[in-house]
Amino acid sequence: MNLLWLQSGGCGGCTMSLLCHDSHDLVAMLRDAGINLLWHPALSEQTGAETVALLDACARGDTPVDLLCIEGAMLRGPQGTGRFHMLAGTGRPMIAWVKDLAARARYTLAIGSCAAWGGITAGGMNPAEACGLQYDGETRGGLLGADYRSVAGWPVINVAGCPTHPAWVVETLLGLTLGELDPDGLDALGRPRFYADHLVHHGCSRNEFYEFKASAEKASDLGCLMENLGCMGTQAHADCNVRPWNGGGSCITGGYACIACTEPGFEEPGHPFATTPKVAGIPTGLPSDMPKAWFVALAALSKSATPKRVRDNARVDHPVVAPALRKARPK
Amino acid sequence: MTRLIVGPFNRVEGDLEVTLDVQDGRVAAAHVNSPLFRGFEQILLGKDPRDALVFVPRICGICSVSQSAAAARALGDAMGLVPPPNGELAANLILANENLADHFTHFYLFFMADFARDAYAGRPWFDAARARFKAVEGAATADALPARAAFLQILGILAGKWPHSLTLQPGGSARGLGASEKIRVHALLRQFRGWLERQLFGDSLEAIAALDSIAALEAWKATRAPAASDFRLFLEIADALALDRLGRATDRFLSYGNYPLAGSPLFARGVWHAPSATLAPVAHTDVAEDASHAWMADPHALHPWQGDTRVDIERAGAYSWCKAPRLNGEVAECGALARQVVDGHPLIRELVAASGGNVANRVIARLLEFARVVPAMENWIRAIEPGEAFCHQGPMPDEAQGVGLVEAARGALGHWLVIRQGRIANYQVVAPTTWNFSPRDAAGTPGALEQALVGTPVGEGEAVPLAVQHVVRAFDPCMVCTVH
Ligand code: SF4
Ligand code: SF4
Repeated sequence: MNLLWLQSGGCGGCTMSLLCHDSHDLVAMLRDAGINLLWHPALSEQTGAETVALLDACARGDTPVDLLCIEGAMLRGPQGTGRFHMLAGTGRPMIAWVKDLAARARYTLAIGSCAAWGGITAGGMNPAEACGLQYDGETRGGLLGADYRSVAGWPVINVAGCPTHPAWVVETLLGLTLGELDPDGLDALGRPRFYADHLVHHGCSRNEFYEFKASAEKASDLGCLMENLGCMGTQAHADCNVRPWNGGGSCITGGYACIACTEPGFEEPGHPFATTPKVAGIPTGLPSDMPKAWFVALAALSKSATPKRVRDNARVDHPVVAPALRKARPK
Repeated sequence: MTRLIVGPFNRVEGDLEVTLDVQDGRVAAAHVNSPLFRGFEQILLGKDPRDALVFVPRICGICSVSQSAAAARALGDAMGLVPPPNGELAANLILANENLADHFTHFYLFFMADFARDAYAGRPWFDAARARFKAVEGAATADALPARAAFLQILGILAGKWPHSLTLQPGGSARGLGASEKIRVHALLRQFRGWLERQLFGDSLEAIAALDSIAALEAWKATRAPAASDFRLFLEIADALALDRLGRATDRFLSYGNYPLAGSPLFARGVWHAPSATLAPVAHTDVAEDASHAWMADPHALHPWQGDTRVDIERAGAYSWCKAPRLNGEVAECGALARQVVDGHPLIRELVAASGGNVANRVIARLLEFARVVPAMENWIRAIEPGEAFCHQGPMPDEAQGVGLVEAARGALGHWLVIRQGRIANYQVVAPTTWNFSPRDAAGTPGALEQALVGTPVGEGEAVPLAVQHVVRAFDPCMVCTVH
């Protein structure tokens, strides 16, 4: 399968993240799966006119594009002209290239939240009129339209994340080449369910603090980040604490909140990122699938039952109380 | 005179277009266009100042941590907050990890692949270069990617993930480290050192850092076979292609200095003027951005605290989204070469005295930084004291301004922040490639790359001249940072 990768209104971080994949030889792994890298901005030899000739051949349909990977938001501005990103050497807006290529692609993949929804580039007043391939924030549509289907009949596959996890990209690509991914494998927002059917909360190393609502109060505290520091891990769809980043990390182990970077609209949460919005002391963003009354009751109960160790450790940057040793074997 | 428009330029970060006027087989004039505008400086207006820590890393996926570090320092400056020693050490490790990973990516993925192009077939060094550095297929891609990924596992430990971490805070690091983390980071550093000593240098880092003159470098080279190591092979190619006579720019080198430790940085701050061999101090007030040739509404040269990023796509004479930063009105070059010449490394001072800023010297200085920074990182991780504080806290003022100056892999990065009524009233970023790939200023003076390209040979019928690619990529440009 021919893979073509283009970047527009993003930071290139999804590519940089992909290159952190923990395989021994990423390029060989893709090759082994039958993926032929037509062009990738960070890896390929061809530049300038050589690249333009290749893109022309793809847009004409002379060179088949099986996997069209788009990284970065689609910039429609100013005033719908697309001139905030003219693809160098072509004098044409990138959005025009993407429309042409998406019409030919067997599968179209949005790599990262920019390409999926608009993402960080659509933040604030959205000066560049950024949107995603098939979404404009939470609204279906985007550059290609709500009804867009790739040649294989699929909607855009949204490998969302900011950046996206290297294994989310690789698993999606291998899933397509092996025939192990089908449209049912995408959630309602077009994200592969193998990672989007998880919550960041799953496997979080701060779960014991969460259970007892033993909360961090300031950056570098060990406690749960949900009550005060803006963590949305109980609502964000991703497997970040089950599938580690860079060998063993996650946002949470790095000492900061999950900002739900896989979700449409994450760039404008409506409150400062590192602060949990509350009404009458209760966080307004409750865990997915949990009625408010339960949460309030459980929080009150668990706070009253917090072991001293958990309470003391929540507000410092290294554990000050170790779990007690038992006289007998754990049962 | 013929006109050549080169783009899209890959193996640089982001999109780039270069227009060349060619006469008698050489570039007579160059115009550099940064064709992507996202508008981060507008996106940040009106936000809670701390939200900058979420937005600015996403300016750039390859210098994400550098952007975080500059923002944390600008906020810390506005808040009057200084990190504790552990916080400073952790921040240095995090920034150094990214900076060296970027140097690594540049050399192995972006830069060397051009010497493996078929146009060089038949050269004595070509077979070795092709086997090692051919894009996608060469042995180096297979070797270097896992080494890079393993090295960046340090950021998995220190910063949760890379890119786009929120660990760096105005008061230090949000990640407390214990003995276990120290051991793991140390082991990863030693593993990376081993790779560098085996593959890149074929010698110890200390021996490379100790090369203190051109004579010492020549002697080192003379005792090794041309393909003995990747650095040795580069030196072979650099000699054969006279890369020291390619891509000379202004020879005014800017470095903000880097890796502060208890008030004194590992690398010094200053501006080195090569023709007079003098070092002058640098203050952030020396910087102004001129927008006379950018698609911006206000063309004037403004200090970044007054900076203005409203766009005007119809501006006559504009040809880039990039503004033109100037240091006291002058063009300056930044990057590893600038950092090392300002810091006074004897080999780099001699190289710059002999041939100025050029393709060979820019790459040698970049590789030298592995030899100087990895041992420093080993010391920093050992110096961390578990149990002591990593992060100081403080209130955010309602009215303040701040500045954060750091050295990203590619050079001088500055963030200027103005807070009014507790909100961001102005936020301006001047990135390394904004300096290096700046367009002309109001006086018509071309930017550093525009100057460096003049005189570059263009072969008959070359649509994408190879020498031009060497000059462009030797700067290790980051186009997503340039305009942001
Ligand atoms: S999704 Fe995030 S990491 Fe990926 S390109 Fe966009 S800003 Fe960069
Ligand atoms: S933990 Fe949250 S913010 Fe961090 S990468 Fe995962 S989904 Fe994104």
